[in-house]
Amino acid sequence: MQTIGQQLINGLSLGSIYALLALGYTMVYGIIKLINFAHGDIYMLGAFWGYYVINVLHVNFIVALLSAMVFCALVGVVIEAIAYRPLRHSPRITALITAIGVSFLLENGMSYLFTANTRNFPQVIKTVTWHFAGMRISNIQVLILVTACLLMLILELIIKKTKMGKAMRAVSVDPTAAQLVGINLNHTISFTFALGSAMAGAAGVLIGLYYNSIDPLMGMTPGIKAFVAAVIGGIGSVPGASLGGFIIGLLETAVQAIGLSAYKDAVVYVVLIVILLVLPAGIFGKNVKEKV
Amino acid sequence: MKKWEQTTIKLTALATIAMTLAGCSTAKSSTSQGNNPGKTIKIGVNMELSGSAAGYGNQEKQGIQLAVNQINKNGGIKVGSTKKKIQLVIRDNKTANTTAASVAAQLVNNDKVVAVVGPAATNAGTASIPNMTKAAVPSVSPSATDPGYTLQKGGTVQPYIFRACYQNNFQGSSAAKFVTKTLKAKRVAILTDNSSDYGTGLTKAFKQAYTGTVASSQTFQEGDKDFNAILTSLKHKKVDAIYAPGYYSELGLIIKQARQAGINVPIIGSDGMADAKLAKIAGNHNATNVYYTTPFSTKSGATNPTAANFLKAFQAKYQTTAPTFSALAYDSVYMIKAAIENEKSANSVKIADGLAKLKNFKGVTGTITMNKKHNPEKSIVVEKLTQGIVKQTYNVQ
Repeated sequence: MQTIGQQLINGLSLGSIYALLALGYTMVYGIIKLINFAHGDIYMLGAFWGYYVINVLHVNFIVALLSAMVFCALVGVVIEAIAYRPLRHSPRITALITAIGVSFLLENGMSYLFTANTRNFPQVIKTVTWHFAGMRISNIQVLILVTACLLMLILELIIKKTKMGKAMRAVSVDPTAAQLVGINLNHTISFTFALGSAMAGAAGVLIGLYYNSIDPLMGMTPGIKAFVAAVIGGIGSVPGASLGGFIIGLLETAVQAIGLSAYKDAVVYVVLIVILLVLPAGIFGKNVKEKV
Repeated sequence: MKKWEQTTIKLTALATIAMTLAGCSTAKSSTSQGNNPGKTIKIGVNMELSGSAAGYGNQEKQGIQLAVNQINKNGGIKVGSTKKKIQLVIRDNKTANTTAASVAAQLVNNDKVVAVVGPAATNAGTASIPNMTKAAVPSVSPSATDPGYTLQKGGTVQPYIFRACYQNNFQGSSAAKFVTKTLKAKRVAILTDNSSDYGTGLTKAFKQAYTGTVASSQTFQEGDKDFNAILTSLKHKKVDAIYAPGYYSELGLIIKQARQAGINVPIIGSDGMADAKLAKIAGNHNATNVYYTTPFSTKSGATNPTAANFLKAFQAKYQTTAPTFSALAYDSVYMIKAAIENEKSANSVKIADGLAKLKNFKGVTGTITMNKKHNPEKSIVVEKLTQGIVKQTYNVQ
């Protein structure tokens, strides 16, 4: 029982990171139907930004987290403007390949500039472990869970309650019609990238603090896992991405808990295949019928 | 994503074949064996400078550059009666097997090097063997640990392939002996990095030599950051020790998360852990009761003057404590130097002969004698970390 409880805690803290990342995938897909493969690398940039502001400017954790979010939002907007905007009317595959190119550029560019060595993230918050009912939970795990849930809540509010959020929803339904009623397409898309990238930046700093290890290739695997999470939840759906993230986190933990650690990635991808076969639109996805 | 990867690999493979073929046609028309030196002795470096193994590759590059600078400062390598300086040709194999093969072809055919240091990993090394052998140029890998690396399919030795590190069987069985005899552990759990031949090879050797019970055998991948689930499941298995062969980037996290989960049993690893970064990632207070087998100990400066000089020079040049990979790469260069001086020739075939006959070579990582299978024979030590610092070393018989 204790072990199950402990594994639940492990799974939830892992899942909250996947959820934060999955939000970026799902929002960008929802609005311009592009799978932004560079998203995992923006998460890496967030972690490196946190590393530098804490080490060089000696700021505290909150400042590092917020500045990483702002920095990643800017990076996201710049990437969209340079790499994706000129391709908006090209076939989708062109933009997809560009996304992979941007991903490689960020990974190898960072390896070139800052070496591929693993770095230890400055521990600005001292780890305190609490015991209760035979389980252990650290203050960092609580921090990750709370921050992640808070950010998801804020995001949901932005999308549902603000004018910009309304514009985002409108563009995702029909970009042409949205333009006709006076919505600025470019601004809305930039805003979406900024929001998604800010979430990734926050995830990067949180992960740096939690695991104390960052490197230029750290975004690769979590990026793909988060993509799977977004698909499972229903790509394009914001609550779906959050749920998908937690499902993947718990699933991975469960597979390792029963001693099949060698298959943990395989299980995630098997679930992806099953979901695509049985429920192609994901858990929360809408099945839009095309009229002929 | 996978699909793109596959396509890229296919394209690279095609490009490699094309490049290798192009290399062949322009290479040697005469039948003279191997490459000869010009005014300088050209040594190639076929190294993982980008990609997933770049961390280790760059450390090895630092060791190589330090060795070459020292040798050139002292006038170079004595070939017969003249002294010749070393010219390094450094090429990145991007941690890709196909690129490693084409880099090997470029180095031996276009750059006309007489010896190569690298690649760091067994996989990339094995991919470059055919090109090295065809050109009759020897290569010394600082860190390819798979037992089969220096051997051909039938078990005979690869004539031009050498290494400076232990092979896995030796290191894995030494760890098993240490766990049984010194730590007296009856039940162990094994955590293997199964994304490298290094991790799986060590685990295989450990399991063969270990006489106690293996309570649990789990695996992880290079780049993994979360081990909480595995560790939580180990907690109730009542193990006396954990054997975890792998590299410091993952092992640091395993140690950190194990201690935070309240698992305080000894953790034993391999020479991939011998890096000051291990304690930094794990946190000093967590890096206690941690052991690893290693050829090179930062403590060995006390007894080994070569190591003392190396540690001092490395610290002066790079402002950091020398990691094992740098030490092994440094030794690789000096092994080539010793081979040239013993043979009084820098012809690539002669260097291979010299390397095969290497005896009582005083290296940073111990006194090395090359055995028939081109594996260096040197002693092994186990270092113990307490509060992130090496407090004690043990000899393994």
